[in-house]
Amino acid sequence: METIMIILIGVLVTVATYFILSKNVIRIILGTALLSHAVHMLILTIGEVKKGEAPILGTDGSTYTDALPQALILTAIVIGFAVTAFVLVLAFRTYKTNGTDNLEEMRGDDYE
Amino acid sequence: MTIFLAICIPFLMALLVPLMYTFFPKFKIGWFVLIAPLAVLGILASYIPKIAGGQTAIYTYDWVPSLGMSITVYLDGLSMIFSLLISGVGALVILYAIHYLSSKEALHHFYCYLLLFMGAMLGVVFSDNMMVLYAFWELTSVSSFLLIAFWHHRHASRTGARKSMLITVTGGITMLIGFLLLHEMTGTFSIRKTIEQAAILYDHPLFIGALICVLIGAFTKSAQFPFHIWLPDAMEAPTPVSAYLHSATMVKAGIYIVARFTPIFAYGWTWFWLVTFVGLITLVWGSFNAVKQTDLKALLAFSTISQLGLIMSLLGMGSFAYHVQIDTSTIIYTQATFVALFHLVNHSTFKGALFMAVGIIDHEAGTRDIRRLGGLMSLMPITFTITVIGSMSMAGLPPFNGFLSKELFFSSALATASIDMTSLPSIVALVPIMAWVASIFTFIYSCILVVKTFFESPKKLPDVKIHEAPIGMLISPIILVSFVFGIFLFPNTLAKYILSPAMLSIYPQGASQEMMTPHISAWHGFNTELWMTIGVVVAGIILFKLLPKWKGIYNRLPKHLTLNGLFNRALYEAENVSSFITRLYMTGSLRQYMLFVYIVLLGVVGGYFALNDAFNFSMDNNAPIHIYEVILVGVMGAAAIAMLFVSSRVTATVLNGIIGYGLSIFFVIFRAPDLALTQLIVESVTTVLFLLCFTYLPAWKKDRLPSRTKIMNGIISVAVGMTVVAISLSVLHFNEFKTISSYFENAYELAGGKNIVNTILGDFRAFDTMLEVVVLCIASIGVYQMIRLRMKKGGDRHENK
Repeated sequence: METIMIILIGVLVTVATYFILSKNVIRIILGTALLSHAVHMLILTIGEVKKGEAPILGTDGSTYTDALPQALILTAIVIGFAVTAFVLVLAFRTYKTNGTDNLEEMRGDDYE
Repeated sequence: MTIFLAICIPFLMALLVPLMYTFFPKFKIGWFVLIAPLAVLGILASYIPKIAGGQTAIYTYDWVPSLGMSITVYLDGLSMIFSLLISGVGALVILYAIHYLSSKEALHHFYCYLLLFMGAMLGVVFSDNMMVLYAFWELTSVSSFLLIAFWHHRHASRTGARKSMLITVTGGITMLIGFLLLHEMTGTFSIRKTIEQAAILYDHPLFIGALICVLIGAFTKSAQFPFHIWLPDAMEAPTPVSAYLHSATMVKAGIYIVARFTPIFAYGWTWFWLVTFVGLITLVWGSFNAVKQTDLKALLAFSTISQLGLIMSLLGMGSFAYHVQIDTSTIIYTQATFVALFHLVNHSTFKGALFMAVGIIDHEAGTRDIRRLGGLMSLMPITFTITVIGSMSMAGLPPFNGFLSKELFFSSALATASIDMTSLPSIVALVPIMAWVASIFTFIYSCILVVKTFFESPKKLPDVKIHEAPIGMLISPIILVSFVFGIFLFPNTLAKYILSPAMLSIYPQGASQEMMTPHISAWHGFNTELWMTIGVVVAGIILFKLLPKWKGIYNRLPKHLTLNGLFNRALYEAENVSSFITRLYMTGSLRQYMLFVYIVLLGVVGGYFALNDAFNFSMDNNAPIHIYEVILVGVMGAAAIAMLFVSSRVTATVLNGIIGYGLSIFFVIFRAPDLALTQLIVESVTTVLFLLCFTYLPAWKKDRLPSRTKIMNGIISVAVGMTVVAISLSVLHFNEFKTISSYFENAYELAGGKNIVNTILGDFRAFDTMLEVVVLCIASIGVYQMIRLRMKKGGDRHENK
């Protein structure tokens, strides 16, 4: 199971990297969203997969899945969401100000 | 303690100068400043009897004891000579400056820098601790920089100051490295303690490195070949500064270092060769170049360079005494060092006087260009007399002190040439020849200085009424030339009380002080030295008469091959190359920056794993696979790959949503209910946000990249993906340590909750949650601000302005 998961993560990372290397702002943001999906999945996979019950006490099982990676992912999801939202609005404002969503055209001065 | 005070006086005075200048604007501030060198001179005078008797004075103040840094003030014969020069010439220069600088100048700045310099210079010669010495050393560089650029509205002043700063500070830092190497070898920063260990240092592997580093520091400061190029440009400074710093004191700091470190380094042959021959080359090159100068101060600058080379080469010759037993038959070798010190004093007297005289000419005639000056003899008789005495002393003619030191220089050179040892190649035979040739050129430029300025009929004199300078300006050079003559009459008094104690500092293991002090006599019979001097005069006069015939050789050297040209070119190229290199990677393209990041990731992380053969994975511990999981993986993978090829951004967003929802289903499968909930909601909101933004953004155009770039991007992406896969698989079953999660299973006992994930978020690791909330807060404030607040009209490009 884990091997298949990791191969899927690899595919996601590849696609995300390809998007980030493009010059369109929206593609880059989509790339980062994909990358965060991949990372969340990776944290989950690296923790013990399917080795017990859901981490809620009182269920019958004697073993639970590892709860710590889950807490970490939860935090990461929220932060990833906040950043994505911010960057999306930033893209929107940039487009309003500069009239382009092409990064190659968004260079300020010759010195940069 | 009084000695320590001597260093402090100039610094304290420098603090007071601006106050005095503010509160007593009518008062000539220079008179107040004059107290400092006189006080120092007084303190030093009280020590002369003690030092002349071979004793030393020492005072230690702990500065940073834990690092072995203490301000140790150590006064011995060597520091006595230099400190007398610093305070004595300092007093005369200030006296001269009072009359030279008009009251419209920023005098408080001038005297403040000058006092800083004086204090720093005293600190250099008194310091026994190398780190403290280095600190004062750099302070002399900085204050010299400020003084050269005193008229900072002139371009040439700024250029000259920058050049001298660059060269001397580079040398200073190199010297610091040398000091640190010495500390590495001996474990102490104290020069005296290092000298005690000197005899065993010279076969240490770091010895040569330390020697060269210290020498580079000394050579840059003392304007030795090829670092001399800063000195002529430093002549843009006011003349009192040129007289003080660039003839009598600062440029001799390097001489001081060489003399001070001779007992440490002279045991190795490298020292003898480097110091002697760099000094001789500087001597010849400086005197050769002085002849072609048309600016009086530039002529004097090159003359200073050449004379410093002379002193340096004498110190080198004197270090030969370390390789023989010092007794009556070999005392001739230590004599070279004695002559170096003697000429050091002589040079300060006549060169200071000459600079002041040139300053007077500049002040009264309005130019220092030799081609425009002439026939000033009858107009400025006193200045003329001063210049003639100074020049004759410089050329080495009797009855002035330069004659004595030049004769002694010749005899030391002859003695060095006659060193008959199998270990020395015959190249030492060149020493007296180089000395003699340099003396001829010295004679020629001394003639130029006198004849062209004072005798020949005036050519294009500026349209001012030229008259003799006021008496105030003349006092200092008159005092200096009286020393020039006085030392000629009574050289042995100077030798006995001032110079001979210094010999003990340079040869601590040598013979007695009396033995190493030669008797100087003006008339020493018809020997080789005298014939050499006569030869110098004859050849000099002939060459001076024929000067227009052979002057052309100076234009032979192409301009870009001169040392100045090379220096400027090196600076220019350094700027070009560095900006070229910077532009190679600072392209301004996000894509390229990301490429660098990914390449480093592949190279460093992937490379590390590959090199250490850390890639290993097995599928033994894998959880079992169900068919619906495989379908889910297939769907997500297909969605991801499809995203690459869709032409509509809405489709891409929907595909991204599919991946997100697929992830939440995974969370369900992997027994993570909270995650599944959150992921569902967040994915929905994100998708909505994407769609919302699309209303305002232009349609998704095809990424029009060249196919080569696309292939490159593809290769990098696949490589990154594969690296992530390989590393993840390798660390998947890393079971060295047990997980700590069993602790959190006590959630109910410890935190009173049954949902372990929630207790972790709310109780065990609540800090994370709190800050995550802050992140959300900041993001929402940012979103609000970006939408609501606009830049005011016209204020939209406030960067790079």
